Amino acid sequence: MKFLRQFAARIVGQSIRIFARAITAVRADWKGIEPVPRQRVYFANHTSNADMPMIWSVLPPAMRRTVRPVAAADYWLKNKLRAFVGPEVFNCVLVDRRPEVKDKPMDKIIAALDEGSSLIIFPEGNRNMTDDPLLPFKAGLYNMGVARPDVDLVPTWVANLTEIMPKGEVIPLPLICTVTFGEPIHVREGESKDDFLKRASDALLAQRPEVRT
Amino acid sequence: MSSTTVDILLLAFGSFGILITLTVLGEILRARQPVHEPNPVLDTYMTRVQSWWGMVAFIGIALLLGKPGVMVLFGFASFAALREILTLTTKAQADHLSLALAFFVVLPLQYVFVGLGWSALYSVFIPVYAFLFLPMVSALRGNPARFLVRVAETQWALMIAVYCVSQVPALLTLEIEGYGDRAVLLVAFLVMVVQFGDLLEYFFGRRIGRTRIAPGLSPKTWEGVFMGIASAMVVGAMLNWITPFGAVGAALMAGVSSFVGMLGNLVVAAIKRDRGVKDWSHLIPGQGGFVDQLDSVIFAAPIFYMLTVYFYT
Repeated sequence: MKFLRQFAARIVGQSIRIFARAITAVRADWKGIEPVPRQRVYFANHTSNADMPMIWSVLPPAMRRTVRPVAAADYWLKNKLRAFVGPEVFNCVLVDRRPEVKDKPMDKIIAALDEGSSLIIFPEGNRNMTDDPLLPFKAGLYNMGVARPDVDLVPTWVANLTEIMPKGEVIPLPLICTVTFGEPIHVREGESKDDFLKRASDALLAQRPEVRT
Repeated sequence: MSSTTVDILLLAFGSFGILITLTVLGEILRARQPVHEPNPVLDTYMTRVQSWWGMVAFIGIALLLGKPGVMVLFGFASFAALREILTLTTKAQADHLSLALAFFVVLPLQYVFVGLGWSALYSVFIPVYAFLFLPMVSALRGNPARFLVRVAETQWALMIAVYCVSQVPALLTLEIEGYGDRAVLLVAFLVMVVQFGDLLEYFFGRRIGRTRIAPGLSPKTWEGVFMGIASAMVVGAMLNWITPFGAVGAALMAGVSSFVGMLGNLVVAAIKRDRGVKDWSHLIPGQGGFVDQLDSVIFAAPIFYMLTVYFYT
């Protein structure tokens, strides 16, 4: 049974990848890093629910096997299908952000890093529905950088998803989506939380492809 | 086997012969190359040759399958080209529905009309009806910001990526006297003369090119273009056995198509420069996107179609 579930998870994962490729021709732009298996935290902008599957789809197989997206438990445990796709297909680290929970998100994240996994996180915390390119970052990225200073923090920009599927629309447009990986950053010695988060946010914005219209 | 099938196979084997020569040439150069010295020019050349292998295989199979094969191949090319252009054009959320209609209704309908051979409809459907109807859909959402720019760029994308590309399979619907079911060979003729013209234009432009045509846009030179067109005419004359044009007619058709294609390439280069991109996408290794690879064929197709209709039907 367990074997069957794993097999089904692989099939669903491949289908998601092929679907993403066919519709948006999604591709990776390895600007600041090489596509090699190395422990990293990919921190990305978040405008759509498709952000995470897009990043996941462009990673080469060896990297995809070791990457775990950090995602909200309330979203991925809402129904049986999501509870299969989130934890089993994407191998998500599910975190519960309610303050009364004992299982603290940062503990689970550090545990995932200590088992050698790479992570995908969205440091804005929520989906960005504003016209600003990025919302202010939450402290999580800083805390990870302090707790595990050897891990590369890679700014990852997902472009065009707002045009492919704007909020409130039903049909996705098959426009080209690009995922740009920038140069990794680390928390500097003595750097304050706010300074670091500002620097991380700037590093992420710098990966945004220039659009002239 | 019908004579058309035999001719397609002959063309395919001829193209494979050329590609084998190019591949062997590249491998010899690579063997001579010291292992630790990178040679980006050679690497680019080799990935391009590999992409050509793929193109010849795809077009060859499509032609052997006849009309359905050609329809599907160029329908897919239209989709890829439209996706590349619309990714870069000006749009707002108010255009979401009209863009979805462009992809999922206008494009398939155009190919249905071409497939049914309704020439009166497929020649006006996009230039007139899509042109009138899609801006109405955008206007209903009530966002006036840059409205004309948005609808004009969408219409331009449809004209290039769908209307012009569909003129290639439209050649199959023509009734040419004494030519029978051989119209599928016209597709091979058009693609081959235009691509050979481009290739030799690039080669001669690098060798003897001096006078740039449009220095702000493209490295194309008059010398290169002249030699490219001359080469296309020679190739066209040599391929006249697959056309109803005769040797002189085939050379002239090839020359005109090649020239229009090269000018079309300048148009596309101007847009890329303005939008600050080098290629339209990354879908064909070594070549960029479908629009980069097909731009000259796209611009040549409607002229080739029109001349064929005018002089040979």
